[in-house]
Amino acid sequence: MKVHFFTQCLIDMFYPHVGMAGVQVLEHLGCDVVVPKKQVCCGQMFSNSGYAATAKDAMKNTIECFEDADYVVSMSGSCAFAMKDEYKDILKDEPAWLARANNLSAKIYEFTEFIVDVLGVTDVGATFNDSVTYHTSCHVTRLLGIKEQPFKLLTNIRGLDYRKLDRMDRCCGFGGTFSIKNPDISAAMTKEKALNIAATGANVVAGADQACLMSIEGMLDRLYKTGEIDRRIKVMHIAELLNCR
Amino acid sequence: MSILYDERPFHTRVKDVMDNQFKVKAIQKAQDVFYTKRKALVEQVPAWEEFRTEAAALRDHTLRNLDYYLNMFAENAEKAGAHVFFANSDKEATDYALEVLRQKEAKMIVKSKSLLTEEISLNEELIKAGINVNETDLAEFILQTDDWNPPSHIVVPALHLERSKIREVFHDKLGYEGTENPEEMTRFVRKFIRKRFLTANVGFTGCNFGVAETGSITIVSNEGNGRMSSSIPRTQIAVMGMERLVPDLASLDVMMELLVRSSVGAKISNYFSLITGPAKPGEADGPEDLHIIIVNNGRTNVLGGEFNSMLRCIHCGACMNICPVYRHITGHAYGSIYPGPMGAVLTPLLVGYEKAGALPYASTLCGECWEHCPVKIPIHELLLKHRENIAEHTNVRPAIEKPIFKTAATMFANSFLYDMGTKAAAVGMKAVAKDDAMPEWMKVLPVAGGWIKSKDMGTMKLHKFRDVYAKYEKNKKKGTF
Ligand code: SF4
Repeated sequence: MKVHFFTQCLIDMFYPHVGMAGVQVLEHLGCDVVVPKKQVCCGQMFSNSGYAATAKDAMKNTIECFEDADYVVSMSGSCAFAMKDEYKDILKDEPAWLARANNLSAKIYEFTEFIVDVLGVTDVGATFNDSVTYHTSCHVTRLLGIKEQPFKLLTNIRGLDYRKLDRMDRCCGFGGTFSIKNPDISAAMTKEKALNIAATGANVVAGADQACLMSIEGMLDRLYKTGEIDRRIKVMHIAELLNCR
Repeated sequence: MSILYDERPFHTRVKDVMDNQFKVKAIQKAQDVFYTKRKALVEQVPAWEEFRTEAAALRDHTLRNLDYYLNMFAENAEKAGAHVFFANSDKEATDYALEVLRQKEAKMIVKSKSLLTEEISLNEELIKAGINVNETDLAEFILQTDDWNPPSHIVVPALHLERSKIREVFHDKLGYEGTENPEEMTRFVRKFIRKRFLTANVGFTGCNFGVAETGSITIVSNEGNGRMSSSIPRTQIAVMGMERLVPDLASLDVMMELLVRSSVGAKISNYFSLITGPAKPGEADGPEDLHIIIVNNGRTNVLGGEFNSMLRCIHCGACMNICPVYRHITGHAYGSIYPGPMGAVLTPLLVGYEKAGALPYASTLCGECWEHCPVKIPIHELLLKHRENIAEHTNVRPAIEKPIFKTAATMFANSFLYDMGTKAAAVGMKAVAKDDAMPEWMKVLPVAGGWIKSKDMGTMKLHKFRDVYAKYEKNKKKGTF
């Protein structure tokens, strides 16, 4: 099955290994992965700040990247949500583009959603021998309604010792440019999330949205340095866990 | 109190609140209690989602036909003997109220809890006219006693005050000598307020829902002061937002199921009054004279527009009980009697972007408010609409923001420009980085500084995913992978 891959600019710039893990998991499951070179950013970071018109070029560029795709798999839940829902709204006054946005909307899948719902796989044959807790990002869970899929995949990883995170669905405080515009509020929220993660006793925290994970990682590292948490907690995208064999 | 009670800049208000962690901890504790109680109750209602859908549809239907239902309501209320007055503005509403007080020669009034009376600055106007005003809702009473300490929540306005603080206020202002035991303090207040119920000749109340079919008003309360405000004084003045109607008693039932569960995590409220007109001859309870003031105050500007769904709001407070931002900044950082997610949408609609333009940004758009809202208001979408309006049509944001976004957007829409720009950035970051993280002194920088102050930031990679993948693909083709 041919699958077009949407990396997310954040993964591209800061976390290339996460992108590679995503590609390799899909290949392992028999997908023929295509990574369009033209892709950059879904545009959400602009539209979420109110600059919908400004975001249009990034959106159109993304639409063009995936014009011939049958399936598009996004490594980031919030970008997937933008492509599924927000493009249509922002491009509604440009009929030709609206049609192309609708076309993309119909074939965009978040990473865990694609594996479970389209490929029908819940056990990817991974092994990971450590304790893991999981943060369910808001865009994945609430806006895309992908609630069960990550857990179906996690529970089938051999050796994985799952630790439930208290209020796992509460926002981590990232919120795109919110973390820049309101850094103190954002930090207080992320700190509470990080302390909850530490309280699970897990050595690893995973998720399906790298932006949230980046914020959580930055906070966990800082709290370890200041001595507010007692151990280094590793942050991993769920694709990395699924790619451990 | 007017809609805005604190007009300092948003960041100043936030800092003030965050420096007072007592207040923040009180709110967090309360949120946790609400969360657990509500969750348990909602899980007992298998058709909860259907209820929400029905309630949202009901509210939309009413809003679409608001003129029809308002007329029906007014006609039926008048038939039942009430006086109905449509107030276009806050001033018209308070002027009418003052005129009634003048006719009744009232010098002292009691009030049950009503946000709308805050919105129209009723207390201020009454006090200016020399009227002795008495809040009788326990929380409102506490706030009034504490020199009109502003409310931090629409349902539980004194949520930010801990028991010990309340005792202190009672001690200092009212000579209370008892303990901080809630029952004991409540008993004390009860004695205090009883006297006022018996002497006041006019009682003010809010109205949760007006029922068009019967012309009735409703008061949902947990303390019984609503019922006393409406039954002991000879005259009752009820103030109702023009959108707060339901077509009939059957729809009232749906709304009540949702309101109380969403609001305080209880199945029913302690008191529920359905009042149709004044007391009829021979009836023991109820006022001789009932005035209903229906307030517009800017609502028609919202009706039918892009923010129409906000008028579905039934003021349950569920969105602030769950909001992760409110959790850390409390109601006071919003500076508005309407705080939290609903307030971040509503306040700018009522007072404009110039004064409340920071509020729509006080959200991560996580959508948890929408998920908890009993009438399914897509609050996160409305906040985004506000941001669009602000960015495109106002000068509220710093002038530099637009060009920055424009430049960045051009770069992030073109892989060539993006590649060049990020390569340069990666080289720069690498040069200053310590152990693959940005050093802490960089917190002085604009934009990224706020992040670095409290969180570590990793570096951008010299070899981005696209480079690593290109190599991988090439090797795979060669069969070396
Ligand atoms: S917006 Fe929804 S959740 Fe918030 S107060 Fe209004 S009805 Fe309740």
